[in-house]
Amino acid sequence: MAYLDHAATTPMLPEAVAAMTAELVKVGNPSSLHGSGRKARRVVEEARETIAAAVCAKPMDVVFTSGGTEANNLAIKGLFWARKKENPKFKRVLISAIEHHAVLDPVLWLGEHENAEVEILQVSENGILDPQTLRESIAKNPEDVALISVMWANNEVGTIQPIAELSEIANDFKIPFHSDAVQAMAYLPIDLSKVNVTALTITGHKVGGPQGVGALIVKSDINLEPISHGGGQERDVRSGTLDAPAISGFASAVSVLVSQRERRSLRIKGLRDEAIKRIKEVVPEAVVNGDLENRLPGNVHISFPGCEGDALLMLLDAHGVECSTGSACSAGIPQPSHVLLAMGRDERTAKSSLRFSLGHSSTIDDIDELITALPPVVERAKRASTKARITK
Amino acid sequence: MKKNNSVVVAMSGGVDSSVAAARLVDEGYQVTGVHLALSKEKTVSGTKGCCTLDDARDARRVADRLGIPFYVWDLSERFQEDVMQNFLDEYAQGRTPNPCMRCNEKIKFQAVLERSIELGFDAVATGHWAKIVNSPQGPLLYRSEDDAKDQSYVLSVLNQEQLAKTMLPLAGSTKPELRKEAQARGLITAFKPDSHDICFIPDGDTAKFLHKHLGNKKGNIVDVETNEVLGEHDGIFEFTIGQRKGLGLTVPREDGAARYVVSTDVATNTVMVGLPSFLRVEVVTGTNLIWCGPILDSPFDCGAQVRAHSDRVPATAFHQDGNLTVEFKEPLQALAAGQTIALYDQDRVICSATVVSTNRS
Ligand SMILES: Cc1ncc(COP(=O)(O)O)c(C=O)c1O
Repeated sequence: MAYLDHAATTPMLPEAVAAMTAELVKVGNPSSLHGSGRKARRVVEEARETIAAAVCAKPMDVVFTSGGTEANNLAIKGLFWARKKENPKFKRVLISAIEHHAVLDPVLWLGEHENAEVEILQVSENGILDPQTLRESIAKNPEDVALISVMWANNEVGTIQPIAELSEIANDFKIPFHSDAVQAMAYLPIDLSKVNVTALTITGHKVGGPQGVGALIVKSDINLEPISHGGGQERDVRSGTLDAPAISGFASAVSVLVSQRERRSLRIKGLRDEAIKRIKEVVPEAVVNGDLENRLPGNVHISFPGCEGDALLMLLDAHGVECSTGSACSAGIPQPSHVLLAMGRDERTAKSSLRFSLGHSSTIDDIDELITALPPVVERAKRASTKARITK
Repeated sequence: MKKNNSVVVAMSGGVDSSVAAARLVDEGYQVTGVHLALSKEKTVSGTKGCCTLDDARDARRVADRLGIPFYVWDLSERFQEDVMQNFLDEYAQGRTPNPCMRCNEKIKFQAVLERSIELGFDAVATGHWAKIVNSPQGPLLYRSEDDAKDQSYVLSVLNQEQLAKTMLPLAGSTKPELRKEAQARGLITAFKPDSHDICFIPDGDTAKFLHKHLGNKKGNIVDVETNEVLGEHDGIFEFTIGQRKGLGLTVPREDGAARYVVSTDVATNTVMVGLPSFLRVEVVTGTNLIWCGPILDSPFDCGAQVRAHSDRVPATAFHQDGNLTVEFKEPLQALAAGQTIALYDQDRVICSATVVSTNRS
């Protein structure tokens, strides 16, 4: 079997499994005041320090959440409401056209329910936001922008955004800048002391930690309205009993990852380049989407002209090769990816694409398996989709 | 089919297709479950159609239980064009279509079957109640063992080429047996009620659906004998041939006899009403003749069925150039253009055609 869907979720690192299971067998609510509570609290605080250090932030900046989606919602809605409270004139929300649904949808929700003016900034055909585009959009009225959100690296085509420049522009106008770094965290150096990112989203299961835990990293002097209410465990902006075992596993994965990031990224990038080269050899018409330079090391995103992505996925699945069409599903129905459409692809091209994503456990054997399975699968899928068009 | 051939099972999320899939797994086929997404709208739960989110989940859970791969195939565009739009067009033309048969003909046993074959599968299986028997003359379609559940009528749009790649694993069972089997297998669909409605009209209110899409088209209700205008209507698609209730007529017949819808006329947007004798049909003509088995010489004697669960009546059929004429030995009541007529030789389906006109006595 070849697991080529690390961007969806990557296997837990053994260190993370050990850290998490060690906590699972203990009792203690981190908010309790007795000995067991203090022990659980200690685990959480050490994890907070580890994660803060990994991105050069302060421990107090780390707000644990249930994952990337919640962290994005907290950043987007929390910042928007806080800014609005500060001054009702703040109403514009600027995001790139290739954001994950966990950013896009809360922003659109604010547009529908909270009178936010949503502006979706167009990207290049490689999927990169030009800082000039952001600057021009702000310049329309620098006084009314509530917040900006641009992802660090894209989950579908893997493009890396010029976050340092973009966040600097936001800082010039004193506008809060959020970045979804869910996909970037495992592979790219992130140093919050060097960029003007107000809030940063990360999640456990994309870095070798468990699913269902993540964090928003946001300076403690930044105002955020809570989006759910309760015990106020995390700085009064996020409520709910902290999941000490998951948090411990998350932090453990982060610390392993940071110590090995450079070496690992280099190795994965080597595999990726090999994969792209060999895919093009066996399927010459295959087209790589995204940017070849500014790209996550593990991302291989390919359009197979004349094929349907979901047919390819199913046939590869039957050969034990697991990948993704990269786009969101609605009730299991593949939708054409808004990311590829934003990059100027038509609907058919968008639907003909597959994402293979490599990660820490990937090996050359995975690539071999993919390359063996791919040519007959592409042939079949092509025939099926030609037939479907003719008989329609 | 040979053992270890690969089969796509169309899993609606109901008990029938669940058991169909389970039986094929037991028999050693390489089974892949496919749920057809026929609508892009997220249908709310609690409705009784056959393509809700709940149904997709049920199908998925059955596939989990059977340990087979499971996918959702998006056929919503083709369904929209080939079934829903056709349904509206047919009604707008004053005909009475059967969308489930259209779906079998165009979606399940065309789009899905072709896609499956092209993707390397050997056959498509469904949970329909009918039987396919291989013979020297090719595959033949028969009625189900459980006559109350029989669906050979709605499958009568399949030709032998399609039948050759179709498997109906429920042949030979009865519904109560099937539910027991589903329960014994621990399938969560064991006690799900059967769906009867048209899946895209989950509340069962066809008239409301047609009004929404076709609008209001006021016209007259006219006495078929006297041509007297008896009332008004909001669209001829509200009426089915043979309908008695809901005509909203205020002038009774002098003899007090009930009036029935006996025909509709699109050109003049008129609904004709009259005595039940006007509903008698002795001859019909049909097009879109599909042979489910070998072509028989014209004429031949047969049993004719015109609705999913109506009785078969003795008839003689003539055919030429893909057109069919059927003479009933005893007149039928109430038959509308657009309905499908299926002809049987005992329990075997000979062919089907779409009714274009009826000659009433
Ligand atoms: C870019 C991006 N943001 C957010 C998320 C959501 O994170 P989570 O699954 O932890 O809610 C994902 C994962 O699918 C992602 O790729």
